[in-house]
Amino acid sequence: METITVNNVTANDLPWKIIYDASRCTMCGSCVATCSFRAIKMTVERRRMVFSEGDFPDPKSRFSAVPVISQVDSIRDYCRGCGMCEKVCPNDAIRPERNPDTRHPIITRCLGGDSIKRGGRKNLEGSIRTLDSIRVGRISQMTDPSLDAQRHTFDLLAPFGRILPPGELPFTPNQDKELVSNDTTPPVNWIYPVIIGDMSIGALSWRMWEAMAMATAYLNEECGLPVRMSSGEGGVPRRLLRSKYLKYTILQIASGHFGWNRIATSMPDMIEDPAGIMIKIGQGAKPGDGGLLQAGKVAAHIQAIRGVPKTDLLSPPNHQGLYSIEESVQKMFLSMNAAFKFRVPVAIKVAASATSVSVFNNLVRDPYNIVGGFFLDGIDGGTGAAHEVSLDHTGHPIASKLRDCYLAAVSQGRQGQIPLWAAGGLGKTGDLAADAFKMICLGANGVFSGKLILQMAGCVGNDMGRCNACNTGLCPVGITTQESPLVHRLDPEKVAQNIVNYFLAMDQEFKKLMAPIGNSSLPVGRSDALISTDQAIAERLQIQHVC
Amino acid sequence: MCRIGAIKSLDYVHPSIALKLMQSQQEGHDNSGFAMVMQNLGGIFEPYKQLPTLSMACTDDGIKIAENILHESGFRRIVQWSPQVNDWPGLDISAMPHYVFETFNYPNAYENLGKKKKQKLLLDTRLRLREALEDNEEGFVYSFWPDVITLKEIGDPHDIGTYFNLWEVDDRFTAKVITAQCRQNTNYDIVRYAAHPFHLQGYTILANGENTFYLKNKEFQQGLHRGYIGFESDSQCFLYTLHYVHRQLGWPLRYYKHVITPLPFNQIEDRKDKKQLLAIRQSLSHLELNGPNTIIGMLPDNTLFTCCDAKKLRPVVIGHDDRMVVISSEICGINEVLPDRDWETDIYPNERETVAINDELEVQRWKQ
Ligand code: SF4
Ligand code: SF4
Repeated sequence: METITVNNVTANDLPWKIIYDASRCTMCGSCVATCSFRAIKMTVERRRMVFSEGDFPDPKSRFSAVPVISQVDSIRDYCRGCGMCEKVCPNDAIRPERNPDTRHPIITRCLGGDSIKRGGRKNLEGSIRTLDSIRVGRISQMTDPSLDAQRHTFDLLAPFGRILPPGELPFTPNQDKELVSNDTTPPVNWIYPVIIGDMSIGALSWRMWEAMAMATAYLNEECGLPVRMSSGEGGVPRRLLRSKYLKYTILQIASGHFGWNRIATSMPDMIEDPAGIMIKIGQGAKPGDGGLLQAGKVAAHIQAIRGVPKTDLLSPPNHQGLYSIEESVQKMFLSMNAAFKFRVPVAIKVAASATSVSVFNNLVRDPYNIVGGFFLDGIDGGTGAAHEVSLDHTGHPIASKLRDCYLAAVSQGRQGQIPLWAAGGLGKTGDLAADAFKMICLGANGVFSGKLILQMAGCVGNDMGRCNACNTGLCPVGITTQESPLVHRLDPEKVAQNIVNYFLAMDQEFKKLMAPIGNSSLPVGRSDALISTDQAIAERLQIQHVC
Repeated sequence: MCRIGAIKSLDYVHPSIALKLMQSQQEGHDNSGFAMVMQNLGGIFEPYKQLPTLSMACTDDGIKIAENILHESGFRRIVQWSPQVNDWPGLDISAMPHYVFETFNYPNAYENLGKKKKQKLLLDTRLRLREALEDNEEGFVYSFWPDVITLKEIGDPHDIGTYFNLWEVDDRFTAKVITAQCRQNTNYDIVRYAAHPFHLQGYTILANGENTFYLKNKEFQQGLHRGYIGFESDSQCFLYTLHYVHRQLGWPLRYYKHVITPLPFNQIEDRKDKKQLLAIRQSLSHLELNGPNTIIGMLPDNTLFTCCDAKKLRPVVIGHDDRMVVISSEICGINEVLPDRDWETDIYPNERETVAINDELEVQRWKQ
């Protein structure tokens, strides 16, 4: 018998256990070949077999070496529960099973001496989601007829850009009683109220990124939905920068300034303006943490786009080198505005925080009207890579913070001047239309979503610890990886089709929500249309409590 | 449901015509009240068109409180008209003890000041009166403005007419524009202020419908102007928007429609004035209305107009002869008042139209 070395890592220490049925296995090897994490291996076991050969029972036993599949006991190459092995096994011989007794969070720290990093989303299970305790409860009927989702027309658009208070519009009536404009106004683009969230081309595989860009173009050109996609930090392929599709792309600049060189040098060749600029200050999934792209994912094309060597790429948690965030933002806004000659709206993205309202107030009171959008990102969103402690323990839920910002604007009579865009776990249950609609009633002009887009593409991760290995560069479905064989698992056309179809379904569902409340344009701030079964939530969000 | 109507005439008309206009539509409303605003006054008020008239319903104490305030502010009463009430048993009316219609001279200090200053004073005074009378519901101040009278009461419109002796035509109490409505606000608590027409600084609005953007409108309007208060009814928002667009921003009336029911984005795209229309839609999105509505409005210059929601979910019709234009929710009202008109000239405005009638009784139709 072997001596027990209790500190060795074994399968029962890991978050997932492989359940393997040798009697069904034909040793085809598909699972081992598929597992991008190298979490299973072929091995040989010594097996005892009892048999009887004569006419009468005469049991004998025999030992033989049998080839089997077994789990790798390693804190580096451990099973993520992605289920790819199960997907490819023709005989149902293998599957991962969640291990409730996992010691992974402890042993990884003990053995590694470093903070745990991973991708995905928050793993600590929360209580019931706020948005799920809210319903659209104000139904039009009788004197106020509801509309017909099929027959009536709806204006499902949201502004991106700074909106002037009515008193500051430079309009005067002429002799024919027509308003004539005698000055310029800040640029505003009216776009679909759901933006494909900002995920960088470094975090995503080029196939995934291209699929999103394709879906965006298709939604615009073929479906008439003016959906915009944010590039995420890290630049954009030159081909897109020079194409007419740039007009559907919101370019993001973050604290690492990755990719901006290429964007700047492409400017003379641009035939269209981008849809907007988004200055990223923070991210809801890991507030206070900057971007993190681990060296494994810095493939050749990423090095080219970003202009960097193959190394861990860290964006500082803040825009450095300036005295204060206001000053930093102001300077960036001015340079961005100047770069595109004030034709392109510039917005800011921040992580939801207990202090979001003061940041928002600062921006909305700014007399120069420079900020054209406040993107507020709550906890529960996803990320390509972050420290687990940030993912699980920092951040602020989006619903109340968005509401606070809206009500802060209302109390100053400035609602709508800086469009509010919300994100953070929206569409988590798969139903983005409902979540987005409720956020809009609470005061958002629109929402943005990243993680859900990945799920449309086939991401198998979830917030109960499944997969979430986006940081490793070994994404089993080819979404967050630059490894060619893995990337080729993803069919970009199929992904684009999924995204397009999801948006079309969501568009229908939006109308199904607008019709009963009798509105043909988005009910921004119509909290009277919402009810909640939870008294605390109702009070906090200032909506009707029902039971 | 509510029914609304308005009369604009070259000659002074008596409110009995407005009662007749509304009475015939009584199957459509619920007979729960009657309210009207008269503008461009005739009869005993005709000589005082430049001077403010107070319209108020109040208790004994209310009168004293109001008179003190007015006296203190330096207003000097010139004419007073109290309706001869028929307080017969069995009439369905929740009457207030007093109805006050009084015209005042401006305080001495204001005699030579400009129009703007006077108008500010009138608004401030009305708001002060309203606030002072609010406790214990001592009184309701409906309007305090030159050449405007407002009467509102809860009960059966026919009985209200009888109570105020409005069925009996005379030439002492007349006007060239009368707007009227026959329903108390049954959506919420019955509050006298909640009955339209609503009046603010020469602007009057009445509406038949439901404003589902009430909360958005209200939250935005509250910060726009000190006169935007009350919000007892969702239709008040239409008045404040009209006042804001036409008076505060100084935009022509036709832009009111662009604010409350902006064109769909794809239609704005094709317009020459795209820049203005988009900017309006953006900056005034919180004043947009949603839900079924027909609006009748009156401007300080006596222009009467009507328009609807963007889907025309509420009816309205305009009939006219040479000397009178009548706007009404239902055609039967017009038939009652103008039986001999050429009904082929009746106008059924569409969802993108504003129909306006000026002092020469010229009917203008603007397509949005
Ligand atoms: S579930 Fe995924 S990670 Fe685990 S063994 Fe199977 S393929 Fe590998
Ligand atoms: S499937 Fe890919 S994108 Fe989804 S959680 Fe796993 S590694 Fe991340």
